Amino acid sequence: MKIVVCAKFVPDATADRRFRSEDNTVDRAGVDGLLSELDEYAVETALTVKEAGDAEVTILTVGPEQAADAVKKGLQMGADAGVHVLDDAIHGSDAVATSLVLSKALAKLEADLVVFGMGSTDGSMGVVPAMVSERLGLPAVTLGSEVTVDGNTVRIRRDGDTASDTVEGTLPLVLSVSDQANEPRYPSFKGIMAAKKKPVETWTLADLEVSADQVGGASSWTEVVEVTARPARTAGTIVTDEDGSGAAQLVEFLSTNKFL
Amino acid sequence: MSNVLVLVDHTDGTVRKTTAELLTIARRLGEPVAVFIGDGAQAALPALGQYGATKVIALTNPELSQYLVAPKAEALQQVAAKIEPSAILISSNAEGKEIAARLAVKLESGLITDAVDVQEGPVTTQSVFAGNYSVKSKITKGTAIITVKPNAATPEAAETSPEVEEFDVTISDAAKTAKITDSKPRAATGRPELTEAAIIVSGGRGTGGDFAPVEAFADSLGAAVGASRAAVDSGWYPHAYQVGQTGKTVSPQLYVAAGISGAIQHRAGMQTSKTIVAINKDNEAPIFELVDFGVVGDLHKVLPTATQEVTNRKS
Ligand SMILES: Cc1cc2nc3c(=O)[nH]c(=O)nc-3n(C[C@H](O)[C@H](O)[C@H](O)COP(=O)(O)OP(=O)(O)OC[C@H]3O[C@@H](n4cnc5c(N)ncnc54)[C@H](O)[C@@H]3O)c2cc1C
Ligand SMILES: Nc1ncnc2c1ncn2[C@@H]1O[C@H](COP(=O)(O)O)[C@@H](O)[C@H]1O
Repeated sequence: MKIVVCAKFVPDATADRRFRSEDNTVDRAGVDGLLSELDEYAVETALTVKEAGDAEVTILTVGPEQAADAVKKGLQMGADAGVHVLDDAIHGSDAVATSLVLSKALAKLEADLVVFGMGSTDGSMGVVPAMVSERLGLPAVTLGSEVTVDGNTVRIRRDGDTASDTVEGTLPLVLSVSDQANEPRYPSFKGIMAAKKKPVETWTLADLEVSADQVGGASSWTEVVEVTARPARTAGTIVTDEDGSGAAQLVEFLSTNKFL
Repeated sequence: MSNVLVLVDHTDGTVRKTTAELLTIARRLGEPVAVFIGDGAQAALPALGQYGATKVIALTNPELSQYLVAPKAEALQQVAAKIEPSAILISSNAEGKEIAARLAVKLESGLITDAVDVQEGPVTTQSVFAGNYSVKSKITKGTAIITVKPNAATPEAAETSPEVEEFDVTISDAAKTAKITDSKPRAATGRPELTEAAIIVSGGRGTGGDFAPVEAFADSLGAAVGASRAAVDSGWYPHAYQVGQTGKTVSPQLYVAAGISGAIQHRAGMQTSKTIVAINKDNEAPIFELVDFGVVGDLHKVLPTATQEVTNRKS
């Protein structure tokens, strides 16, 4: 079975994430980045399936130069190969355009099982898996919190607001997993060494027969008109409960602000 | 005026508050046409008419709920082809976002998710990077498809008397490939819905696994209960109540964080709350950077006393 994990390179959430002032796009070059933590669950799912049978796992990422780090991390965890779609024209693409590039690459890779994270930690739209499924005409079982692959059948538990559903589909198929699905492994020393020898291909839009005007900021179907930093919160009142008066002061605050 | 399609968000026929919010927003953009998937459109008429739906399109094809998402997107595409809306508004939950994603591809239209406000234009506002930035956007192609977060608008009544129009949709075989084989409803807690609650009291690792004081304080305030991921991962509270990046995003009038440190991923889900209160025994916990009122102390002492005090004042 050929498994492809779509993994995104994102700015580090614990660092200072920002926008580029010239075009209001997420600054991906000037800040520290990493493989989106939520995509580690997707890598782990793929590796688990591989270990239970016979499969080859490829990491696919669409992103700038530094996004190669996301591929590398996936290889260190245990994936077999990587594909990095790198093309200046892709800068500024929205989810719709990204899903086009991913779909073309997935078709070229002839994936049987495509695994996604539940959402990227920067944009966190959680829409790319559904878009790719729509474009490729493949079934999508999404937001799995528990995943079983049984021959050609993929079954998930999907926890919704009012119910927990069991959903199943057959390969070839698009799967996305939540952060409840597993515990992603850390790369071992052996894994880190082995990753250096694993094949990584770099593809451009031309390799995918996508033209530059189908992607990037200019082709985007949405337009950012304004970005504003949130005003700093004014410092609040902080009391210490040493003498046991904390609760009374808290309730007084709630009362003054009409929450009782 | 142009039609604005609103996908009704309901639980077994009971219209959720988010639908009233969507209808209120739709009136800023045009004439709201509600689309109701499943049984119960007739019973929902008063609730939809109260907020200005001019028409209610009912889709009752059973296949719409036997498979995941894809048939619903196909059905909405067919409705859109008929009423030619200028915008489509959908609740921003997991299913809503996936329906919207598929529609965007089908209709070759721009998509904006997780709007916290939508004004004429439509111009949307989103809160990004854990609430640290606010972004205003427009859709430049096709039908504006927007998923809207709970509490994005205050529902304003505008009585209409809509009628139900049955609409026949055809679902392709291609959309019937992810089958829902079982569904286990979640037990009701009797507390308000997390994303809709005016007040939320959340507990974290600092509870040490005992949520009783958190629940008691929540109940004294008529609040919903939330939890940090650390509490959920420890098995102390169900995942459905997790607040944060991979849980629910909430924006209540009052958010109380008890025994929660205030990690960026937790903030992402609660930073836009109007008033924030924290109880934490570490005076250097980052949550204190956000608070309007903070108590440095042991939640196991502060919460029970506060609960008692609230109960006394209320009686
Ligand atoms: C991709 C990703 C997604 C994530 N998504 C989420 C998410 O959706 N939601 C989320 O919450 N987290 C999320 N996290 C985890 C997040 O980074 C933190 O680990 C988590 O929020 C910590 O929970 P906590 O504050 O309860 O625990 P801790 O950080 O351990 O804090 C516990 C706090 O309790 C205080 N305390 C201890 N005892 C007491 C007492 N008796 N009385 C009062 N205070 C006490 C301590 O001083 C401390 O500040 C995510 C992480 C990642 C990487
Ligand atoms: N640029 C990208 N490269 C590879 N995978 C991506 C990319 N963008 C999104 N994805 C995948 O799509 C999922 C959902 O992303 P999003 O819809 O942006 O929240 C992520 O968890 C990834 O698995």
